[in-house]
Amino acid sequence: MTDYDLYVEGEQIADMTAPSGPISERWDFRKFNARLVNPANRRKLSVIVVGTGLAGASAAATLGEAGYNVKSFCYQDSPRRAHSIAAQGGINAAKNYRNDGDSIYRLFYDTVKGGDFRSRESNVYRLAQVSVEIIDQCVAQGVPFAREYGGLLDNRSFGGVQVSRTFYARGQTGQQLLIGAYQALERQIAAGTVEMNTRHEMLELIVVDGKARGIIVRDMTTGEIETHFADAVVLASGGYGNVFFLSTNAMGCNVTATWRAHRKGALFANPCYTQIHPTCIPVSGHHQSKLTLMSESLRNDGRIWVPTKGGDERNPRDIPEDERDYYLERQYPAFGNLVPRDIASRAAKYVCDEGRGVGPGGLGVYLDFADAIKRLGRETVEAKYGNLFDMYQQITGENPYEVPMRIYPAVHYTMGGLWVDYDLQSSIPGLFVTGEANFSDHGANRLGASALMQGLADGYFVLPATINDYLANGPFDDIDESHPAAQEAAESVRSRIDTLLSINGERTVDSFHRDLGNIMWEYCGMERTEGGLLKAIELIRELKEEFWSNVKVTGQNEELNQTLERAGRVADFFELGELMCIDALHRAESCGGHFRAESQTEDGEALRDDDNFAYVGAWEYGDGGKPVLRKEDLHYEYVEMKQRSYK
Amino acid sequence: MKITLRVWRQQNADDKGTMVTYHVDDVSPDMSFLEMLDVLNEQLTLAGDDPIAFDHDCREGICGMCGVVINGIAHGPENTTTCQLHMRSFNDGDVIDVEPWRAQPFTVVKDLVVDRSAFDRIIQAGGYISAPTGAAPDAHAVPVPKKSADHAFDAATCIGCGACVAACPNGSAMLFTAAKVTHLGLLPQGQPERDSRVVGMVAQHDAEGFGGCTQIGECTAVCPKGIDISDISRLNRDLLGALAKGDH
Repeated sequence: MTDYDLYVEGEQIADMTAPSGPISERWDFRKFNARLVNPANRRKLSVIVVGTGLAGASAAATLGEAGYNVKSFCYQDSPRRAHSIAAQGGINAAKNYRNDGDSIYRLFYDTVKGGDFRSRESNVYRLAQVSVEIIDQCVAQGVPFAREYGGLLDNRSFGGVQVSRTFYARGQTGQQLLIGAYQALERQIAAGTVEMNTRHEMLELIVVDGKARGIIVRDMTTGEIETHFADAVVLASGGYGNVFFLSTNAMGCNVTATWRAHRKGALFANPCYTQIHPTCIPVSGHHQSKLTLMSESLRNDGRIWVPTKGGDERNPRDIPEDERDYYLERQYPAFGNLVPRDIASRAAKYVCDEGRGVGPGGLGVYLDFADAIKRLGRETVEAKYGNLFDMYQQITGENPYEVPMRIYPAVHYTMGGLWVDYDLQSSIPGLFVTGEANFSDHGANRLGASALMQGLADGYFVLPATINDYLANGPFDDIDESHPAAQEAAESVRSRIDTLLSINGERTVDSFHRDLGNIMWEYCGMERTEGGLLKAIELIRELKEEFWSNVKVTGQNEELNQTLERAGRVADFFELGELMCIDALHRAESCGGHFRAESQTEDGEALRDDDNFAYVGAWEYGDGGKPVLRKEDLHYEYVEMKQRSYK
Repeated sequence: MKITLRVWRQQNADDKGTMVTYHVDDVSPDMSFLEMLDVLNEQLTLAGDDPIAFDHDCREGICGMCGVVINGIAHGPENTTTCQLHMRSFNDGDVIDVEPWRAQPFTVVKDLVVDRSAFDRIIQAGGYISAPTGAAPDAHAVPVPKKSADHAFDAATCIGCGACVAACPNGSAMLFTAAKVTHLGLLPQGQPERDSRVVGMVAQHDAEGFGGCTQIGECTAVCPKGIDISDISRLNRDLLGALAKGDH
């Protein structure tokens, strides 16, 4: 490995809570060995949960129901707005309701393989096990999943798999699952077990004697800096895809909660693993503020193609069959249009790089439903995908029933996140991390319909079972705002806000964010090279320096100040962006969502290097110096590590 | 396109508030309404003025966070969320009025941002099925007729944006409340709490200061998710039935 002088290597780490033994018994074994807290004592213990998406709302509701004192925080005006709500396609579960050969083992196998052998077997097996319970739980809560005429649940298939194991609620599955978790949360709020704090943003973690004991938040309406303590802190604050500025994330998604925890000692694992989703609506102009995803389920019936010849500007309906290249069906006959996301995204990029892309700027490929409409009839297509078609028409002004949709890959999900052990505990005792905010389970790539599964698995079932083991250490020492650690944390928040408000430069926050996003997309996006990443690091450092001397943040702290909110988040994105590039640089192999141009097979597929990189790259904050790389070796006992092939 | 905007500016809940005129040039028809406001806010920031505060998040029409009254219509002319309204719906030279949701329980926080926490409290009053985690039977244990599931889904698509309240001359949130009552009331799982749910939610609705429903229909006319006014009839039937039984 080349030494880039950008980081140092530290001691290896290991997941000390992962049980051994037969994989199907590990979770039961861990649950049995985790200490319990008796119901009377739970009332005396408190937990802070940051974020109210699938992972956060389900965790807060379940912990509240268990009898702990829970304080929940979200930056939106209601917990129901969390971005899990926008997930369209579905949620996987190994129910085998279709009798098509599915099983817990197969879901486990598909996920490990789909993640390109960079996730932990134990975690993934547990996820597959718990998936079955999630569906039961959600149905009991009244989530209106799609049903067959006999009243039983319907399923469909998703990219990267050959069975139908995806449960869905039209194209709004995330919405319905989140509303289910939100209602469970509101029930606990009414019961008094959960205290909800909306329009509050976590800006610092409080660590006392090496343990997470609280957070500093800003009341976004009044600007008040508040200190909240608890016996344990759970971060369920989502992913960091907005570092790219343009992404499918909600505008407010940010890295601040996890980054602040990272600066306080939590390891940040695999930051360079970004999932680029193949089916997004292409960019329409410089004004673009975000990108909109079209559900991957569309690939079940839509066929993806580009003209055989570059620069073909004919109406797509006038291009005859023999002048079309259905490139996924041609290259990957076994999976066709249902190849995993990383492969579909790169394939789209390549045909556009060849000059065969369609639409403005040549950055698009067709997703065509003409055959499906002919085969199934317009009504059936409408029933399956109607709301997605409407959304497409609303945004583009084109009717997808009559002309093929245009799609292009966009940043969608981040597989990296804070490092956690099998118990979902970070490297700071008492700090737990769930859902997209942690790094576990998906490896280097995420299969469709598995993000919802992980968020709810963590929140409803995993964390509530493992956090007891930590809380059983209680009672914990009482602390108050006079504690030096709390004062230091609050003071650092205040001084950061004062600095941002006092710079009064000449550039807007968004202009910096856009520039950072361009650097990240260009050099740390779908394809990375050594030279590009080195350049990106240099450019980010220059831009960050300019930000801190030339950003213009208007208004004051003591009011609703959305510019100030964004400025703080962009400041953290600069630091994260640099670490993403360093992580991408050091990993001189290709795997899943990380494609290093220097490491590819003869036919252009990602080429892993298991001899040198079969590990999790967990980064320790450098605290003024260089980040420290700490490796956790990955072992595969059940799934043989081999070159992924979808051909 | 060149657009003139007249925007409601209000520093905080105590401020009186006023309409202020702004001009935005170079508006592309492909911009969403919120992207057009972004452009205006960049102009204001560079000029050292306070940008306009507005709520928004997913910008995909599903989180329900955005929402302003445009030319007197909640979410504007296209019967969709504000984030999904595009400038191609307007003409070069148009003058557009932009105001926050106006209803007594929705206090203005700043400019176009209002406090909709009353909706959460209505949900707290019974808008759920009490299903403790981990005790659920197999999902196939209780079949749900497809028709009921589909109808429940239609109601469940409510995004809680508040347009129904903003459009209602009575400031009623009955369409929001009815959507939840319908969603859960149509499912077998929702039956045990059906009576207590409707009684509790309606009581909270009234306690928050929302007005009564007189079936005017403005709510459903502006609803970006097409929640049907017949859901309100269902709520009324459930409410009367529950009150008659008296054992809620």
